[in-house]
Amino acid sequence: MTRREKLGIATPYVILIISIVPIFVGYAWLVINSFSVRTEGLVPVGGLTLENWRFLVETPFGRGYPSIWRVTFNTFLVATFMTVLVVFVSSLAGYALSRLKFSGRKSFLSLTLILHAFPSVTLLIGIFFVLQALGLYNNLFGVGLVMIGFELPFGIWLMKGFFDNVSWDMERAALIDGASRLRVWWQIILPTIKPGIAALAIFAFISGWNAWLVPRTFTIGAGQQATLSVYLQNFQGDTTMVQWGAVTAVGLFQLIPVAIFFIFTQDLLLNIYAGGAKGGT
Amino acid sequence: MADDRLARGGLDPLSPLVEASKLSVPIRRLRNRLEAYGFLAPAGGLVLLFFIIPVLTLFILSLSDLKSANITSLEWWLPANWSLANYARIFGNRFFPKILGNTAFYVVTTLILFNFGSALLIAVLTSLIERRAAFFFRLIWLLPRLTPVVIYILMWTRIASRAPHGILNQLLVPLGLGPGGGDLIQASPWAFVILANGLIGASLGMVIFSSAIESIPKDYLRASKVDGASTLQTIRYITLPMIRWPILFVITYQTLSLLTSFEQILLLTDGGPGLFTTEVWSLQAFHRALSNAAGNNLWGYGSAWAVILVVIGVAAAVIYMRVFRFDDLVQEPKIDVL
Repeated sequence: MTRREKLGIATPYVILIISIVPIFVGYAWLVINSFSVRTEGLVPVGGLTLENWRFLVETPFGRGYPSIWRVTFNTFLVATFMTVLVVFVSSLAGYALSRLKFSGRKSFLSLTLILHAFPSVTLLIGIFFVLQALGLYNNLFGVGLVMIGFELPFGIWLMKGFFDNVSWDMERAALIDGASRLRVWWQIILPTIKPGIAALAIFAFISGWNAWLVPRTFTIGAGQQATLSVYLQNFQGDTTMVQWGAVTAVGLFQLIPVAIFFIFTQDLLLNIYAGGAKGGT
Repeated sequence: MADDRLARGGLDPLSPLVEASKLSVPIRRLRNRLEAYGFLAPAGGLVLLFFIIPVLTLFILSLSDLKSANITSLEWWLPANWSLANYARIFGNRFFPKILGNTAFYVVTTLILFNFGSALLIAVLTSLIERRAAFFFRLIWLLPRLTPVVIYILMWTRIASRAPHGILNQLLVPLGLGPGGGDLIQASPWAFVILANGLIGASLGMVIFSSAIESIPKDYLRASKVDGASTLQTIRYITLPMIRWPILFVITYQTLSLLTSFEQILLLTDGGPGLFTTEVWSLQAFHRALSNAAGNNLWGYGSAWAVILVVIGVAAAVIYMRVFRFDDLVQEPKIDVL
């Protein structure tokens, strides 16, 4: 192999390695800091410690704030509620848009596409009033509903795309045998697109678990309704940082589900964006 | 159709199919329509509650002067209380040109450097290397998008902190570079705003481009190799032209995303440092309406800012649908009305 060929093979690797340095550094610091007394840059100073992880036992941010387990429970509740409903509602709507003939079909499709382009800030202002009117302000149920709403355009397009790729034969057979449309949907089609449902579910769950802006806007402070991101961000306000160590430890704690999905469902994560963007054929 | 099958003895006479075919056409159509609406009802309800009603509320609010001070007294839904004062106020605002300029600068720069540029670069580069390594690099690039935003910005804050804590400063200070160990976000806020947002934004384009490049028929690449083309020539004359549509899609879609996203900027610089240095349009609307330190939320005024953004967003979405021949994406259902 000539030197020129060797250079040709090495160059992409070099550029790629350089490109992932910031991300690596950020994560490395997070892990290192959560186990150190202090860090200067990436170097622990003052020794390693497990003190930062005491938040698992007692709240590090003073009385009046909920324990981490309450906050984690809140986050899990919202994320799960939202995931189940997003999958359910999206697959119902996606099926209709993919298979059923009715007037207004094209309008609904265009609508979901336009919604995808809507600035979240515009919706936040209006939704504030909607939640107030429904009496769901500062309520996790309200937060969950809003998050479901936000994920719907993406979810519907994704599900429609998956339904479009399912062959018509099974459905036709079932319909001829007398099954209702709903039954066909539930018993025949849904099991066929399990990978699609899994992909949407994972994505929705991560989205819900990580959410910050929506929970923060529709709950008050780091009270009993707080989710993990709100809890964490509350202690990085304009006042001086409380304890970097505890904050990074809590941060690492919040990353656990993402890490799990990362390790076990890598190809799903990579494929979901590609599938969704192509839309239906 | 079903009647024939019934006559030939191939269909259970009690099947709903036979029942249905006995119904007249208008009733059949009505039944199908109701069925479809049934499936769409949950989604439709949520869309109504959390998209349509908020947008209408937004438009009406932008015509009123609703704020914390008069929330209980002002009847903003009465047309008598409406005016275009908010819009006049926006255009007369001293910082209106600055915010507009910031938004344009932010969107264009981040798009070219990251959301489109880096996305394309990483996708092309990973298509040239060994498969598992490519998978690894793309996965790492996906990480910022999957990280909770609070933690992600925390990392960036620490990267840019002043010495001795800051990670970058740990490198720069001994080399005598940079603002002498000072906070780097204060020194160059835009660099970090663009970097932090860009690393998240690039991953979507990267995945789309990777998938598109992978579906280029291998014959073209083999043919070009046989003809003696260098890697760069192959990329320029074969790969890029064949992914023209994904390129256009990513550019348009990411423009919209950049126009409307502000979460990271809010957390990183909150529009600062100083007066509106990194304040973009969407952030301004948020600040006015929902996030006032003095507790004085200007819902009316903030809504006006948001409405202008909505108009731009919808216009962009419509153009995008035209350019992508949206009708091609919509296929009529194959099963005939039974």
